[in-house]
Amino acid sequence: MSFGDFIAMGGYGFYVWGAYLTTAAAIIVEVFAVRARLKDARRAAEEGATR
Amino acid sequence: MNEATLRAAPLADDSAWGGVSWALARDLKLALRSRAELGVQLLFYVIVVTLFPLGIGPDPATLRALGPGVLWVAALLASLLALPRLFAADFADGALEQIALSPYPLPALVSGKILAHWLATGAPLVALSPLLALQFGLEGGEIGVLVTGLLLGTPTLSLLGAIGAALTLGVRGSGALLALLILPLYVPILIFGAGAVESLRAGLVPGAQLSILAAALLAAIVGAPLACAASVHIALD
Amino acid sequence: MSSSTVNWFRYSSPASFFPLAGKLVPWFAAAAALLTVPGLWLGLVVAPPDAQQGEAYRIIFIHVPAAWMSMFIYLVMAFWSALALMFNTRLSAMMVQALAPTGALFTFIALVSGSLWGRPAWGTYWAWDARMTSELILLFLYFGYLALHAAIADSRRADRASAVLVLVGVVNVPIIYFSVKWWNTLHQGATVSMTAAPKMAAVMLTAMLIMTLAAWFYAVAVTLLRVQAIILEREGRAAWAGNLAGATR
Repeated sequence: MSFGDFIAMGGYGFYVWGAYLTTAAAIIVEVFAVRARLKDARRAAEEGATR
Repeated sequence: MNEATLRAAPLADDSAWGGVSWALARDLKLALRSRAELGVQLLFYVIVVTLFPLGIGPDPATLRALGPGVLWVAALLASLLALPRLFAADFADGALEQIALSPYPLPALVSGKILAHWLATGAPLVALSPLLALQFGLEGGEIGVLVTGLLLGTPTLSLLGAIGAALTLGVRGSGALLALLILPLYVPILIFGAGAVESLRAGLVPGAQLSILAAALLAAIVGAPLACAASVHIALD
Repeated sequence: MSSSTVNWFRYSSPASFFPLAGKLVPWFAAAAALLTVPGLWLGLVVAPPDAQQGEAYRIIFIHVPAAWMSMFIYLVMAFWSALALMFNTRLSAMMVQALAPTGALFTFIALVSGSLWGRPAWGTYWAWDARMTSELILLFLYFGYLALHAAIADSRRADRASAVLVLVGVVNVPIIYFSVKWWNTLHQGATVSMTAAPKMAAVMLTAMLIMTLAAWFYAVAVTLLRVQAIILEREGRAAWAGNLAGATR
């Protein structure tokens, strides 16, 4: 199977890649959001401790 | 008997039936005093039912097909609207705390309150539904199945809804929040209630659906007061 | 207590669980990443096209793991909710709080992927079939938990009220599914279930199981990260919190 065929997915490329890419995007967003939340929480807790 | 005495907590007796009848009598007397408010809630049901043909069109065949579903959805929404009055007034002025501290078991008191609530808000709705069903062109047998379903289903809606009302006591924006919490739980009642009429139309006896509604009611009578009492305790602590 | 008895409560305080969670996260994250590679390879490249659905069926390797996780996470939330109510442990309630957003995310992914699968396979983005409709209601249950917890100001009351809500919900999920299934067959709306899988060759089944396992490891990793954040947010004023936050960076 050529790369072109891989992308086309037998004509269903929009649906298959739509699903995979949406999932990847959702996961990336979640990971970044949680790490940002933890970073903010750490900073707030450290500031509280040094007060 | 003035308002304060009526709403004060009981002193003697700690039996379950005593608790149910005390709470039932109290809340029914209070409901009778706010007949206007209850009338408004019933009117809400009528208005919602009337909106659907206005949105869909007056074609009799369409209305007849949609009728059971519309009447059931409107009943769900009307039930939701009436729920806050179950605990809100008592919570606001501290009467609920006194009631929770009384010797009667709280699940019994809660059961009495819910029964009074259904008698005041659900039962009139069920009584009015045949008239509204005629507006949608439902026939005799269908109306009978619809009313039986509502009779079995609306108390369950009150019982399940009471849990949500207790969980959201005193919470900001509790009206919409209550809808989000409770409507998913209402889905099976809706499905079997409206489905019973559909079943009759398909030429079957709707015994199965009505039996399931009856079973749901029994399960709710047993389980909901316990969950609701636990939720009241959580809200009061 | 004898030395051979496991002290289950050793890690039940947020302070002692915090560093443990931090140590576990990289392992679970690595496992998730490592499993995703062969899973995607098998699913997208090795597995043959389906006789009826062609290449479109490959969405199943996203959809089914996401759907399973969405239901599994709700069950785990119910487990921690029961513990929170029985033992009154703060950390149990924090675990529920940490799991919910990830559960909602998997539900969302299941719905989107199922919808995108439905269009090529059965001609419509949404067919009101039993499983998808129940999945949608599950999403409402997740949102309900998050909304209730956020709406109550006092965190102890919020924990306990939303724990009750999860338990009431978990009892109702099978009832809801059963009723929706009945409703769907009565109305013959969708004659084919949107999530009816094609006959599964062994390689397809393997790919699906690997992706499910990857999803599980991912969920654990993200949940542990989030519970760390929640612990710091809620216990932030405690003396140990500031030191721990800095020390375990």
